[in-house]
Amino acid sequence: MALIEISHLSFGYRRAPVIEDLDLSIEGEGVTALLGPNGSGKTTLLKLLLGLLAPTAGRIRIGGDDIGDLTQKELACRLAYVPQVHKETFGYSVFDVVLMGRMPRTSFFARYGDADRGAAREALDKLSIAHLADRPYTEISGGERQMTLIARALAQGADIFVMDEPTNGLDYGNQLRLLDRIGRLAAEGYTFIYTTHHPDHALAVADRVVMMKDGRVVREGAPQAVLTTQGLAELYNLSDRLCTCFGAPSRTPLRAAL
Amino acid sequence: MVKLQLRGDRRGGAGGFFHRGSTFMSYGFWRFARRLGGGRSPQGLREAPPPEVRRPRSRSMSALPRALSWAGGAALLGVVALVSMCLGKYPVSPKDILAFLAQSWFGASYFSNEQMSVLENVLWNIRLPRVLAAALIGSALSVSGAAYQAMFVNPLVSPSLLGVLGGASLGAAAGIVFLKSWYAVQLTTFAGGILAVGVAVGIARVYRVNSTIMLVLGGIISGALFTSMLELVKYVADPYNELPAITYWLMGNLSQPDRETTLRAAVPICLGIGALVFLGRHLNVLSMGDEEARALGVNAPRIRLAVIVCATVVSATTVVIAGSIGWIGLIIPHFTRMVAGPDNDRLLPAAAVIGAAYLIVVDDVCRLAFSFELPIGIVTSLVGIPCFAFVLRNARKGWS
Repeated sequence: MALIEISHLSFGYRRAPVIEDLDLSIEGEGVTALLGPNGSGKTTLLKLLLGLLAPTAGRIRIGGDDIGDLTQKELACRLAYVPQVHKETFGYSVFDVVLMGRMPRTSFFARYGDADRGAAREALDKLSIAHLADRPYTEISGGERQMTLIARALAQGADIFVMDEPTNGLDYGNQLRLLDRIGRLAAEGYTFIYTTHHPDHALAVADRVVMMKDGRVVREGAPQAVLTTQGLAELYNLSDRLCTCFGAPSRTPLRAAL
Repeated sequence: MVKLQLRGDRRGGAGGFFHRGSTFMSYGFWRFARRLGGGRSPQGLREAPPPEVRRPRSRSMSALPRALSWAGGAALLGVVALVSMCLGKYPVSPKDILAFLAQSWFGASYFSNEQMSVLENVLWNIRLPRVLAAALIGSALSVSGAAYQAMFVNPLVSPSLLGVLGGASLGAAAGIVFLKSWYAVQLTTFAGGILAVGVAVGIARVYRVNSTIMLVLGGIISGALFTSMLELVKYVADPYNELPAITYWLMGNLSQPDRETTLRAAVPICLGIGALVFLGRHLNVLSMGDEEARALGVNAPRIRLAVIVCATVVSATTVVIAGSIGWIGLIIPHFTRMVAGPDNDRLLPAAAVIGAAYLIVVDDVCRLAFSFELPIGIVTSLVGIPCFAFVLRNARKGWS
């Protein structure tokens, strides 16, 4: 049984379909990168997966359970969302932000207990950001915020992490550190699904690449097999010349370079 | 002010503000702490754990400091209330109060019967209801203001955002003009507040695009609607009796409530405050944005509705007791955030205590500063506006 199984999924705003009859199954563990041009429905797919949008047709199963049958809370215990770091909020301490991850694990009328605080500390330790615990979330750097959000997802106790363009807004060094972190957590058995606009990031850590265009999956498979010059040219409507001149990854896996 | 709120809601503007502004005091504190701690860690992430991994002995306290701060808050409130009970034209010392209590409850004998009946009248019928009313109103407005600020992710928001004060004022005016019974006025005041917020929420529901922005706009529309209807009622009011009564009411005044009104109003206010304080940790999550909240398993629309209902009931009830009293709901949460930090789990109870103590003190000033009594709404505005200007100054720093 696949960990995530999406069958005949459709979704549209008003009359414009965003996702049409999409089938995808993710076998579990490892990193899946979603690649596709703007407006191809990547983010919508993530939102459907997180239960933030309700599909107009089709179903999504996680570990065999239809997510339509799970409450938002049950879903949050299996699937953690690591958002982009752009939201402005109050200057909660990093520890308090991580503690928010315990929300789905505590009952409505309960308060956070020692177990919750312990889980939050453990998550901070695991990402080596325990020294930030008391700092206001609004005053740490973008890379540190992204780590805080990952720590929150760890504290949440889910084993599938959903990330929407996680490297967005990070400098080059922090992008690499983040990818490295994703790779290391994946090696521990966590499953990652993330969207990206950088084929080289997919090459770097993904075990599997899903290329989306116009709300459908056009190609999927191992990064080395899918992320070819021809594949990218087709995905982004590039002429061969553009594709080989700029940006297309060479065939050497980036992972080795990291 | 309205424009400000909207701007504050958008990224760019509010960004820097939150950065320093929302806790500008603690901003200074962090800078200081950073200097003490040998400077900020280099931009970005550290690969290896830093040399001394301090255990996060977080401000996110264990049980003991929490109990301590509760005790501290209760003590502060108790002292302020006790002192206020002593202040006034008829001299009463704290010792007198204790003696009075001892005599009336345990049958000790300190005072003559005559003195007892005077004390009973002064303390029991005049000062206590007033102190109690001030405490209830202060904490009600502060807590609902703090909750709204968290919910709308904007530290410049006040409980009247969705039009509750305008609606309640209209209700009061209409009650004074058309119904003429004190009890009926209380009912129409309460109903007016609820109705105004209902209109605001209804408008937001109709469009349902981005619910917090729509709520703000709905609040503006509903506030404007009810304010203009208030003008209409004022226009038709009898200018010799009713109009002064309405005007006086709108200034906010603590000399009106008798003990029964205050006690009756205490029930919904305490329930509402309790519920809001309980929702603190949900408000934290809600202030991260709807999608994030839902991905954390929190039913954002339902929590938001619960917060709006509680804050509305609580604020409308304050108008029932003492007319409309402005600025507390904006200033006190802000001040409290400087002291207690932004975590709503601590902020809301702290705002309740500080707001209560603040309004008791302001009411003392109103009673004692002059030979006549000042309407409390005027004093809270006079104090609140410079505070707001100060807050703005800091906000500007962030926006530039």
